[in-house]
Amino acid sequence: MIETAFTPYASLGGGILIGLASVALMAVAGRIMGATGILAGLFQPSSFSDWSWRAVVVAGMIAGPLVVMLFTGEMPAVQVPVSTTMLIIGGFIVGVGVTFGGGCTSGHGVCGMARISPRSIVATITFMIATIITVYVVRHIFGV
Amino acid sequence: MRLILLFLIGLVFGVGISIGGMANPAKVVNFFDFAGTWDPSLIFVMAGAVVVTFIGYRFVLKRPAPIMDVKFYLPTRRDLDLPLIAGSAAFGVGWGIAGFCPGGALPALGTGRSEVFIFVGALLAGIFTAKFLQSALAKRASAQA
Repeated sequence: MIETAFTPYASLGGGILIGLASVALMAVAGRIMGATGILAGLFQPSSFSDWSWRAVVVAGMIAGPLVVMLFTGEMPAVQVPVSTTMLIIGGFIVGVGVTFGGGCTSGHGVCGMARISPRSIVATITFMIATIITVYVVRHIFGV
Repeated sequence: MRLILLFLIGLVFGVGISIGGMANPAKVVNFFDFAGTWDPSLIFVMAGAVVVTFIGYRFVLKRPAPIMDVKFYLPTRRDLDLPLIAGSAAFGVGWGIAGFCPGGALPALGTGRSEVFIFVGALLAGIFTAKFLQSALAKRASAQA
């Protein structure tokens, strides 16, 4: 286990930026800022313009850490407390889950909750509970 | 012009995810680890993002259409079904195992860390497998109908 520092101001600032980006994407392109939907649509676009907006939004997201480095002089921390096997298993399950569930933290958790969508509220509560149980089981029962 | 603006929107999202701590699996897993190394920071990410989006959407969705498109592409379903709940539960299990969610992992790719590429590769494999299963299930349902 890796201890992390409590960062309320940086996290609140990050959340506000995520919110501003979500509002701006709706205002400009009329789209939900959901990582799952934007990513999945990149591989089966309905047209070139459908592909291009997704591609540039994802490119912007990937450039995010580089801009942070430009201002702070260091890359944002990415500390991976789990094995490669767990990354692969977890990644695959996340992919299956978000496809059937129709969204993830950004789509359901931020945009859907902000729209007070019943599906998104139920999805968010469900995945939060499942994550709490999983982390407890993995860390404190199996002791990984 | 439109694409430059959309790139900047993605950039703001990526910066927000990065400084908020969502791109850091250790922070994510600690947020959910009440019995261990609990770090409540991510509640501030969620609260900031939802409040700003809630207020912003009130104004934006009053307009007849977005600034640079013909209509708003909003999900219309309001029913609760098994794929929504089972899929979301599975997402939570995977998130707890790996510590990355899709919105956290995409910006994290920019750090160039190999673990992020491994996670995103597995994520895409999961998405394609699920899409294949969905179309197989839809075919079977229409064959029975």
